[in-house]
Formats: sequence, structure tokens, C-alpha cells
Amino acid sequence: MRSRIYGRLGDRVFTTVLVALGGAVMLIAALMAWELWSGGAEAFRAFGFWGFTLGREWDVVAGRFGAWPFLLGTVLTSAVALGLAFLPSLAAAIAIAEYAPRWLGEVVAYLIDLLAALPSVVYGLWGIFVLVPLVRDHLEQPLFLWSAAHAPALMGLLGPPTGIGLLSAVLVLALMIIPYSSSLARDAIRLVPREQREAMYALGATRWEVVRRVVLPYARGGIFAGVILALARALGETMAVTMLIGNGHQLPFSAFGPAATMASVIANEFAEADGGLQLSSLLAVGFLLFLLSLLVNVAADWVLRRMAVGEGQK
Amino acid sequence: MNLRRRYLRDRLMVALVYLGTLLVLLPLLFILGYVFVKGAGALNPAFFTRPPAPPGEAGGGMLPAIVGTFIIDLMALAMGGLLGLGGGVLLAEYPDHPLGRPLRMVANVLGGIPAILMGLFAFVVVVVPMGGFSAFSGSVALAILMIPIIMRSTEEVLKLLPWELREAGLALGLPRWRVTLSLILPAARGGVVTGLLLALARAAGEAAPLLFTAFGNQFLSFDPLGPMDSLPLKIYVYAISPYEDWIRQAWGAALLLVLLLMATNLLARRAMRRR
Amino acid sequence: MQELRMESRNLTVYYGRKAGVRGVSLPVYDRKITALIGPSGCGKTTYLRALNRMHDLNPIVRIEGEVLLDGENVYAPGVDPVVIRRRVGMVFQRPTPFPTMSIFENVVAGLRLVGVKDRQRLREVAERSLRQAALWDEVKDRLGEPAVGLSGGQQQRISIARALAVEPEVLLMDEPTSALDPISTQAIEDLLADLKEQVTVVIVTHNMQQAARVSDYTAFFLDGELIEFGPTERIFTNPADERTEAYITGRFG
Repeated sequence: MRSRIYGRLGDRVFTTVLVALGGAVMLIAALMAWELWSGGAEAFRAFGFWGFTLGREWDVVAGRFGAWPFLLGTVLTSAVALGLAFLPSLAAAIAIAEYAPRWLGEVVAYLIDLLAALPSVVYGLWGIFVLVPLVRDHLEQPLFLWSAAHAPALMGLLGPPTGIGLLSAVLVLALMIIPYSSSLARDAIRLVPREQREAMYALGATRWEVVRRVVLPYARGGIFAGVILALARALGETMAVTMLIGNGHQLPFSAFGPAATMASVIANEFAEADGGLQLSSLLAVGFLLFLLSLLVNVAADWVLRRMAVGEGQK
Repeated sequence: MNLRRRYLRDRLMVALVYLGTLLVLLPLLFILGYVFVKGAGALNPAFFTRPPAPPGEAGGGMLPAIVGTFIIDLMALAMGGLLGLGGGVLLAEYPDHPLGRPLRMVANVLGGIPAILMGLFAFVVVVVPMGGFSAFSGSVALAILMIPIIMRSTEEVLKLLPWELREAGLALGLPRWRVTLSLILPAARGGVVTGLLLALARAAGEAAPLLFTAFGNQFLSFDPLGPMDSLPLKIYVYAISPYEDWIRQAWGAALLLVLLLMATNLLARRAMRRR
Repeated sequence: MQELRMESRNLTVYYGRKAGVRGVSLPVYDRKITALIGPSGCGKTTYLRALNRMHDLNPIVRIEGEVLLDGENVYAPGVDPVVIRRRVGMVFQRPTPFPTMSIFENVVAGLRLVGVKDRQRLREVAERSLRQAALWDEVKDRLGEPAVGLSGGQQQRISIARALAVEPEVLLMDEPTSALDPISTQAIEDLLADLKEQVTVVIVTHNMQQAARVSDYTAFFLDGELIEFGPTERIFTNPADERTEAYITGRFG
């Protein structure tokens, strides 16, 4: 008799504990959304939701806040970084999974995973003292001088060639997101069944033709998943971007000049936020960032499901 | 047949593929090289045993940040580990539970959220009510970061165990909860520990969630209810400062952090093998 | 006199240090169906794959001996495997339609490799190949649909059509019906009878009755060696080697 109570009561307690823990996780997520929303409510009320979201001015002194420069900055830096990172990361994935001998592939894969494990502040530190001088001296200044001499109209687009600014931030961001898209692409490529490749070889194809016509299309779901993951990381990446982007609020952004992202403005200004409206505005920016991440993740899920390669045999 | 052209393209693509790979690897080696070379010079005994000196003065160290890193991260691991493990066990062992699908979706969402938002959240729900910055609030932020990682790895590892294992336990007359605690979890011990270590490694490198929670502290402190420093925070603050000595120490801290992370990853790998 | 389309001379295939196939000399007669039979692991598939240099994809495999296609050794230095594989096609055990392509695209995949873009030509070839594979009537109205939507037997016939579209001289088939239901199996066996008027076929099968039904010549493999070869009828009614007889009467394998 006792053992049955021990069993049944124990089971019920155990499941209750588990459910409580799981429920706590869900509660935390819901609470986060709520707190960000309510924290930002003051700003949303002061400027209107769309007024704030599309507002182009962020003036601490005048007390006018709008999130548009940061939204733009976030989307711009992430999109460009993704564009830069995509082909190299795909190339690395193909090299590891298709071309390189086993041992070499393992080494390269390990190194790329190491890239993913490096903390953002370390990227930022290296960025400030190594990347920025390089970019400034070998990219920005030559380009700026050239345009000053040959295409002065372009100078506004380029902006001040100090090194700190949009370009450096985008470069370091691209570097940081490479491992995410690369490792997912690599896994997807590895999963392509051997027979698929053999069938294409048997038709008289070169190795690249097999990769391009069979392997990559088959793996496109996983490759896309990697791209989305990389995008999600890029959107939220804070420290390295903050350290390199220069905290410029003024639109329009120039290629070399200072800019800001949603994450970077929060990191830069939150600790010293003076008074309710600025604080609330920063929380509102946080809420918008939350929404954006959510959107990207949901969209990714949806697209991934449509892209899944079915292996139908009825 | 334009066979020649096809082979040319084949060879070109090989070159491009390896070139792209090099493009990825060279910066990495570049970064690691700098961290090791510039950081090694800063890792002297004073670094490990002294608190920071006033700005501009030499001779300071990072003792508070080193200690703080461990305290904050271990507290975060305790909280995040508990919730993550609980969720993971629920998802794996009771797959038909109605909470399962929403929980997994929520975990996915949490996993995709930028870390700084967790810092914001912890600020609002812990720092503000408490009236000040604290290590505890930082741990809360990091714990939330860890939860999705731990949940996913726990669920995966548990699901790898054959269902017969549970049936064997039940057939012996053990109640479900005993089967899970005494049979299943120990069997998956290696994988679970790996997940915890990987989450720890991830959280240990984060500075954003700590910016306005733990906030940083130049004095050595063991008080979880007061502000505390952490290596990533210090790297950030020192890196953007104008003081040469601080910048030198930032490299040292970066090296230390990278070494700690590599050690944790190695441990995680060993835990994975020991099953 | 039967014309020789392919021939192996003392072919040995090493997997690392083990020999999967040892010293096999076997003729493949033009426009006849040659069946390779034997118990699991006897080397018949290993032998088949050596004929179109599929082992090139496996770095631990070493080939000794010769495989002649129209009198020329396919393993001679300087011979391009890509060219060989176009002349010697292959159909695998499991149907492998390319899942991201339509039925039409699957069938003409080989043609696209060599750069054929003319839609008229592609359509003609697709129809011809699908007719050869006895599938045209079933799919002619849905060529644009994904190939993975078809049944297993239909998918395998797509694979056959795909292989035939590049007009190979020889078609190698590695247990093409073992994963299929009896009706699909019958359909494929039927099409082989018509196919051999245009293409030489070498078929590996673990189903002896199938070999007896379809093939003109049969080769019996055991433990990597060729035990006996001859016209199918003689092999099955009057085998010369006692091991052949044992296998055929079902005493093992």
C-alpha cells in the first residue's frame, strides 16, 4: 500500500514540479515581452506608436525620441553583413563537407566553431585596435582621397574616414555571423544522401556539377536556416557593434561615418539615461528589437517548413 | 561536348571554395594571434591578485572581475540549469503533455532574442525593485540566456536514450519519477553536463546583459546583492577607455576569457564522451 | 558470333587491403542482358561499380586489371571517368529522383550537364526516354510536377529514363527492383525486353528467378570470384560447377 502512495504521490509531485519549471520559463518569456512593452509605454504614448517607431529624431537634450535611425541601422548593418558573410560561409561549408579530406575538414570545422565561441567583447577589442586602423588606413582614407579628387559628390555618401563607423561595424559583424550560417550549411550538406550524389556522377558529371545541381538544392533548407540564424544573431549583436559603430544618431548614415543600431543605442545610453522619457524610450527601442527578432524567427520557421525537401515514396 | 569548359569551371570552383574558406579562417587566426600575443604580456601575478588601480596608474589587476565572473556565472548556472533541466525533462519524458508544444516554441523564441534584452528585463524586474545594481540581477539575465540552450540539449540527450530503458525501470516496479531521476538522468549524465557547460561558456562571455544589472565594481566584492564586476564588462570598459595600461589589461582579460572558454569546451567534450 | 561490348580482364578491386573482387574476367555481349547473381557479399555489386568507375569516388579503393569498353581500357591513364560514365550509365537499388526537380527536369538532367538548352530537343528526348522506361503514358500530363510525388515503382522508372536520356551504350542496373512491389517489378522486367534492342544491359540481382526470366547470360559470383559464366538457360538447367548448382537450388544464399 505504502509503495503505491510513494509511487503515485511521487509521480504527481514530480510532474507538478516539472510543469512548474516549464511554466516558469513561459512566464519569464511572457513577462519579458510585457515589461518591455509597459516600460516603453510612456514613450509610445508621448509620440504615438508609429510616431516613435518612424521618428527620425533622437535628441536627448530636447527630449524628442524616435527609433527610426536605430531600426534602419540595425537592418542595414545586418543585411550588409549577411550579404558579405554568405558566400564565404557557404564556401567554407562546401570545402569542409565536400572537398577537403576528412582530417582537414575536421580541423577547419573546429576553427570555425571557435569563431562562434569568441565573446563579442573580444571581437570588439580586436576591432578597435586592429581592424579600425586597417580599415581607416587601407580602405577609407584612400577611397575618400580618391573621391575628393575625382568624384566630390560621393564624399557625402562616404562620410568621414575615421575608421570608427558603419563600415568597420559591418565588417566585424560579418565575421561574427559566418560560423552560424556555415555550420548549419555544413550539416545540411553532410545530410545529402550518398545515392543522390552517385546518381548525378553516374550521368557523367564533374564534382562541381554534382555540388551545384544536386547537393546544394537538396541542402537548401539547412542552408537557409543557417542564413536566418546568422541574421537573427546579427540583429541582436551588441558589444562589438557598439564598440565600433560610433553612436551616431543623425540620419542619413554615411558609409564610413558613425551610426547606431537598436542594441548599440541601448548599450550606450541606458546606464546614463536621465529621467523617465529617455529611459522609457530606450525600453521602447528594446521592445521594437524584441518584436523584430520575433518576426524574423517566426518568418524563418514558416519559410523553412515550406522549403523542406521531402523524400516521398508512397 | 564542351568538356574542356566544364573542367575549367570545376577547377575554378575548387579554387573559389578554398579561397572563401581562407577568407573565413585568416581573420580568426588573426584575432587569436593578437589576443595571445598582446594578452600574454598582461597576465602577470598582479593581474590576478590586485584590484584595479586608479585610471592612468599602472600596477592594477583584475581580481574583482575574475572573482565576479565566477560568482555571477555560477549563480546563473544554478538558476538557469534548474529551469532548463526541468523544461528539458518535461519535453523529453512527457512528450504528450499539453505544455510541451508551447514550451518548445517559447524556448525557441527566447533562444533567438538578443542578450541585451535580457539585461533590460532584469533591470526592470530586479534592479529597480531592489533599488540598485546587483550581481544577482546579472545572474538572472544570464540565467535566462542559458535556459533555451540547456533545455534543448537536455531534451536531445534524453531523447537519444532508448525507450526500452524507461520500460525496463517501470517493469521493475519503479514509479515514473524514480525511473527518471535514478535511471534516465544518470544514464544521460554526460550529455546533460555537456549542455550545462556549453551554456556556461556562452554566458561567461556576455557583457551586454550585465551592463545595467551587475554594472561592474572596482572593489573586490562577494556580495550578490551589490554591484559586481565581470571579465567581459571589464574588457568593454577598458577597451573604450583612453588609458594605455587599461587597454593592455583588456587584452589580458580577453586572453584569460578565451582560455577559460577553451577549457570549458574541452571539459564539455570530455563529458560528452564519458557516458 | 556475339559481339563484345564490354569485357573485364583479371579485374581485382581492393577495399584497403581486402579484395572485394578477385581476378574476374567476364565478357559483356552487345545488346544482350547479362545478369550477375550470387549470395550477399559475393562481390557482384563491387564488380558492377567497377565497370563505370564509380569506385573513383572512394579513396580507399584500388583497381587492378582491365575493363574494356569497345576494346579500350577505361582505367588507362588519361581516360576521363566523366566520359566513361556517359557511355556506361547506372541505375541504383533505391530510386533516387532528384527531389528539387520536376519529372521533366529529372529526366533531362543528364542532357543539361552537357549544355543542351533547346527545349524542343529536350522534350523529344524526354518523351523517347520515358517511353523506353514504359512511363510516358502515366506521366505525360504532369511532367512539371515534382518527381518525388510518384510511387516507388514510377520513381525507379524515372531513374531509368534519366539514365537512358543520355543514350548510353551500356546500362548497369544494381538490384533495380529489390525495393519495389511485384507489379512495379514486373513492369521493369517487361521494359528490359524491349530495351536490350538498343542498349546493352548488365543487371545485378539477388532474385534468381528474375535472372532466369530476363537475362541472356548469367554470371555466378561467390566470395569475390567468378565461379561460372554462360548462357542463362544452360546455367540454370545444367550448371557446370557444383557451387553454382548449390546456389541455384537454394541450398545457400
